[in-house]
Amino acid sequence: MTPVHGLQPASASRVATEEWNLPSRGRVGMFGLIAAESSIFTIFVVAYLFYIGKSVSGPGPREVLSVPVFYTLCLLSSSLTIHLALRALRAGKARAFSAWWFTTISLGAGFLFGTATEWHRLIYQDGLTISTNLFGTTYYSLVGLHGFHVVVGLLMLSLVMTFSVLGWVRTEHVERLDVLSLYWHFVDAVWVVVFTVVYIIGR
Amino acid sequence: MSTDSMPWPSTSGASLPAVGRIHEWVTTVDHKRLGIMYILCGLVFLVAGGIEAVVIRLQLIRPHNDFVSPEVFNRMFTMHGTTMIFFAAMPIVFGFANYLMPLMVGARDMAFPRLNAFSFWLTAFGGLLLYFSLVGANGLYGAGNAPDVGWFAYAPLTSQTFSLGHSTDFWILSIMVSGLGSVATAINIIATVLCLRCPGMTLGKMPLFAWLNLIMAGLVVLALSPLTAAQIMLLIDRYLGGHFFDTQAGGSAVMWMHFFWIFGHPEVYILVLPAFAFASEIIPVFSRKPIFGYSVMVAATVAIGFISMSVWAHHMFTIGMGPGLNTFFVFSTMVIAVPTGIKIFNWLATMWGGKIQFKAPMLFCLGFLFQFLIAGLTGIMLGCAPFDWQLGNSYFVVAHFHYVIVGGILFTTFAAIYYWFPKLTGRSYNETLGRLHFWLFLIGFHLTFTFMHIPGLLGMPRRIYTYEPGRGWDTWNLIVTVGVFFQTAGVLVLLMNLFWSYLRGPSAGSDPWDAWTLEWSTASPPPAYNFAEIPRVRSRRPLWDLKHPDDPDWRYE
Repeated sequence: MTPVHGLQPASASRVATEEWNLPSRGRVGMFGLIAAESSIFTIFVVAYLFYIGKSVSGPGPREVLSVPVFYTLCLLSSSLTIHLALRALRAGKARAFSAWWFTTISLGAGFLFGTATEWHRLIYQDGLTISTNLFGTTYYSLVGLHGFHVVVGLLMLSLVMTFSVLGWVRTEHVERLDVLSLYWHFVDAVWVVVFTVVYIIGR
Repeated sequence: MSTDSMPWPSTSGASLPAVGRIHEWVTTVDHKRLGIMYILCGLVFLVAGGIEAVVIRLQLIRPHNDFVSPEVFNRMFTMHGTTMIFFAAMPIVFGFANYLMPLMVGARDMAFPRLNAFSFWLTAFGGLLLYFSLVGANGLYGAGNAPDVGWFAYAPLTSQTFSLGHSTDFWILSIMVSGLGSVATAINIIATVLCLRCPGMTLGKMPLFAWLNLIMAGLVVLALSPLTAAQIMLLIDRYLGGHFFDTQAGGSAVMWMHFFWIFGHPEVYILVLPAFAFASEIIPVFSRKPIFGYSVMVAATVAIGFISMSVWAHHMFTIGMGPGLNTFFVFSTMVIAVPTGIKIFNWLATMWGGKIQFKAPMLFCLGFLFQFLIAGLTGIMLGCAPFDWQLGNSYFVVAHFHYVIVGGILFTTFAAIYYWFPKLTGRSYNETLGRLHFWLFLIGFHLTFTFMHIPGLLGMPRRIYTYEPGRGWDTWNLIVTVGVFFQTAGVLVLLMNLFWSYLRGPSAGSDPWDAWTLEWSTASPPPAYNFAEIPRVRSRRPLWDLKHPDDPDWRYE
């Protein structure tokens, strides 16, 4: 039996000229990923909050943690620079795009450097590792999970930077880079939560 | 626009040598092939999990039996639960979603075809990883050669102290790997539904199948991720010396329970919403009536999606959460019965006054309606905290959730296999064998799971290795095990039917059921591009409009 014929093909119909706009799959996919990641972070944040003050041995957050103001500002301002980079690209300014994009990567790398120095100090001066006590377990897990996302973000940003240096990034790619920037904004927003939980509530 | 007059874009499968054909399947990004592979993968694990169930039941057939050792028994129930949930049920529902979603919304593929292939292989290799533990988990310790901590793996059983060797690690990693694949598939489904619908198909004109799977995918995204998070914590505990679930160092075993069931209960709905989706497509077609109360069905689905996120701790009444939490979770559990009940009434109203055709898919859906109702009623009983204190972790609970998973989800899955078999293969299945499968399975199901309630009420705990004679459990356990043989026979008939019909079945044509959704408008099996021209729809039953131009649906919607 042949298939049923006669369903009006979209192109042949008068109505095809009507608006039929659906959301971009890139954005929807990225929002889905962000929802899933938020769910993972929620569990880690809940664990962190629940375990505050439940360590049976030291050192505790009050003794060893100091607020990383400078590195936090680095990461948060990178949200602004990636926005400026995409605005430049949309306006067709490829060089300005490269400059802002590079600034974004530098700020992200700066943040990671800050985390690295903090961890180095905690491990070698204060003797706090992931297995020392419950605080160490929750602290390194939560901050480490976020740091892992920063690393992934930086890898993707660097890939785009390479393309940009090679002159491959053009205005028509702005929609895809918009999707990537959504991820980067998400990483920043998560840091606001982690920062509040670890350095303000938890201390 | 004859679709079958156009050549396939890929090289024709039949002329290729076997290696070439396998290579085509392994490298495919076509949603239909991936869907079929998902379903076949699920069926393979269904058989594996079924064999484990048979071992469990043979061990319990009489008191003081020693068919297997206690260690093997522990591994069997752990592997059975894990296999059935993660590697049988989920691949099958994802397989149908993969295969049907683009066809139903009038698209040529999923939103992210390569991601789709990636997800499938993650799921398949996750399953292999779980079964690799049978040979690989011995490691240097010589202890344990399959996970034996139960499918919800409560702390502290999973700590290094109590779980030597690597069996628990295989359990963690296999579920994590397949979980990542599931989340990616869910995102794919969401993007397909939201971004690839054909012109005219507004959200209110989608088939209910699309709606239910959309909500299912949302639940996967939000509820499967906590499990991944909990598994990461467990790995940190096991390998980096962390203390999340280590009560000696201030950690909490109860936190694991919360994290697991925050995933675990929505998981029930992740599996049952696709079951609802199958029923919502099949019951109208075999009642020759449109679905009753489409918008209410959608609203009930969305309500189930929301409420299912807030009922998890009814799995934990027996741990002593205190009156406040107990009351909340009793209440939310009662509330979720309302939208579910609405759905049952809508399916009944769809059948009311219809010209019902008792074909195999419809028979399985009728079984589902009846059994799912009973599952819901025992669910309400167990949802009352004081009742649960008596029967928590008894065989009554085992009977209850098998009523949901086998009586509800597996029955509709069988219905779906029969209903879409002509579309997937282009051939008709054998109706007599289909009915034989139904009756064998129905009898087996009720012998096993209806009678399983009684030893539970008489105090038989779940996961017990063996029992003393003279407690009144003996006869019931014998009956329960006898039922398993009927179910096994039913599944063998199904597999025979599938093989035989695939090779020798008569050609089915593109629309054997005189159905109304878009997948029946293209050839069986559909060409790689699905539709030669993207269709345009004006109502919820585009094929009805086509077949009845004098009285189309869109006049009334």
